[in-house]
Amino acid sequence: MTGRPADDEPILRIDNLHKRFGQTEVLRGVSFDVHAGEVLCVIGPSGSGKSTLLRCINFLEEPTAGTIYVDGEMMGHRVEGGRLVGLRATELAMQRVHIGMVFQSFNLFGHLTALQNVIEAPIMVKKEPRAEVEKLATALLDRVGLAHKAHCYPAQLSGGQQQRVAIARALAMRPKLMLFDEPTSALDPEIVGEVLQVIQALAIDGTTMIVVTHEMGFAREVSHRVIFMDEGVIVESGPPNDVLVNPSHVRTRQFLARITAPVTRAGAEGTT
Amino acid sequence: MTAEPSAARLPGANALERPVGRRQWRLPGRGDLPRLVRKPARWTLLAVVLVLLAMLGHLLATSSSLQWGVVGHWFVNGGILAGLVRTLYLTALAMTIGIVGGTVLALMRLSKSAVLSLAATAYIWFFRGTPLLVQILFWYNIAAFVPRISIGVPFGPTLISGSTNALVTTLVAATLGLGLNEAAYMSEIVRAGIMSVDARQTEAATALGMTKRLAFRRIVFPQAMRFIIPPTGNQTISMLKGTSLVSVISLPELLYSVQLVYARTFQTIPLLVVACLWYLVVTTVLSVGQHFVERHFGRGESRKRSASFMERMRARQFDQILS
Ligand SMILES: Nc1ncnc2c1ncn2[C@@H]1O[C@H](COP(=O)(O)OP(=O)(O)OP(=O)(O)O)[C@@H](O)[C@H]1O
Ligand SMILES: [Mg+2]
Repeated sequence: MTGRPADDEPILRIDNLHKRFGQTEVLRGVSFDVHAGEVLCVIGPSGSGKSTLLRCINFLEEPTAGTIYVDGEMMGHRVEGGRLVGLRATELAMQRVHIGMVFQSFNLFGHLTALQNVIEAPIMVKKEPRAEVEKLATALLDRVGLAHKAHCYPAQLSGGQQQRVAIARALAMRPKLMLFDEPTSALDPEIVGEVLQVIQALAIDGTTMIVVTHEMGFAREVSHRVIFMDEGVIVESGPPNDVLVNPSHVRTRQFLARITAPVTRAGAEGTT
Repeated sequence: MTAEPSAARLPGANALERPVGRRQWRLPGRGDLPRLVRKPARWTLLAVVLVLLAMLGHLLATSSSLQWGVVGHWFVNGGILAGLVRTLYLTALAMTIGIVGGTVLALMRLSKSAVLSLAATAYIWFFRGTPLLVQILFWYNIAAFVPRISIGVPFGPTLISGSTNALVTTLVAATLGLGLNEAAYMSEIVRAGIMSVDARQTEAATALGMTKRLAFRRIVFPQAMRFIIPPTGNQTISMLKGTSLVSVISLPELLYSVQLVYARTFQTIPLLVVACLWYLVVTTVLSVGQHFVERHFGRGESRKRSASFMERMRARQFDQILS
């Protein structure tokens, strides 16, 4: 894709991230940067630690070791007298405000309408005035094509519509970075396109994002960089045309060969 | 990030929307009758039920022991109505203690602290494991066990002190007996309600920057209410009837009030009918209230528009008669 400024401070810097669940080490030293406006796709086999990686970035899981900086600010810790001190829960919560997250299973709040889902956190967490938030939320729902569903409850929406509301909900916090964890994996194939189109439009508008996906067509079309993960490490990283078309590692090639079928399908849909 | 609608508004996005079907509640019409004629068993059953109802009606109308005039007289008697009012506020007080205490106990049981969790478990074990009637008698006689109640430093100086008998009046004993017992049952209801809310709801709230407390208050608890309200309604109705137990400690609630009268007039049956009628009136009102509260907290639960109360009642009555 086209050039992006690479010389500035990265929005996200991950340095030697480790995560262990009991005896199993799920992330074994992951490091990379994401710059403003960059779209990074993460691919890899099931269990390779992709979700864990995203969840460590916003501290839904606490990393075992390593540091994460979001816009220059260290996540979860503070340096005090030359030592790292864990942040209090409220401080950590305020850090998460800068990171939007979209889940595979949407996780819309079931007792709130689409609009209420979007305005909840800006009002309750950022304490922004309701009228302003509602204006922003209405614009965001319109942006994901759901202005007419503002007063529907999640149970009255299709999966694709729920996921688009979830995207609007995350955007309403005006995050510096968006994380998508397999946003279309729970959707019927014919609905995948409508969600990918919304994410692609965000990418074109310059939203900084990390997208874990199995949609290779989308990764090739939209991302600036692709990371291939396996067994908790980054095996290969580079422009989509290198990693997805001419991978240099055997493991990448094997993985891509296994999921050839989805490439053709998603490729057809991701193209504009 | 700008919020203006932009190129992101893609054509085709709307084309994928499916209209959400609205299910109509259909009331039985004329066309349904021929189907019934072909079911003689149903008609026989209906006839049997009608005959039994007629017999019961005849018994009620003509029974010499029932004395409807007496029932009518005492139904609106001042002393009985005072008893009814006591029953109502005893129910309200006990349920308040039950709901608040139950919620606290549920949060204690769900907390990470082993001490809190164990304390709550012990409480529930005790209050569910002993008869309510015994508990009420225990509170009524607490003075024999703890003659004085003092507030101060444990094993140290006393700040305030009073005789237990003055502090724990009959009403206090009744309220404590019913309320503390109720808290044990309510805690299980609240706990089950909280646990039925998907953990991913909390996770989504956390990712949006909410603290645990805020996520619980705004996201988890409102959704738990949908599971908590129906059994709480049932508990309230049980409590209303359960207050009659405190007649054993001579608290003149509805039952004890009628007992006081028939002990004097020997019109036992008519006065018990008076009590039953009042209990029925209040439970009916409570059931209707429960329906509306449930509908409020059930919002967002299903794809269907919820049918109005009358629509449902009519549909239900017809179903019951015919099936
Ligand atoms: N909370 C947890 N406790 C224990 N093990 C966990 C936990 N979360 C994840 N794991 C383990 O970590 C490994 C990586 O999981 P992760 O969900 O990150 O994989 P993934 O790459 O997202 O896979 P998928 O493509 O299936 O979503 C798995 O083996 C999983 O069993
Ligand atoms: Mg995953």
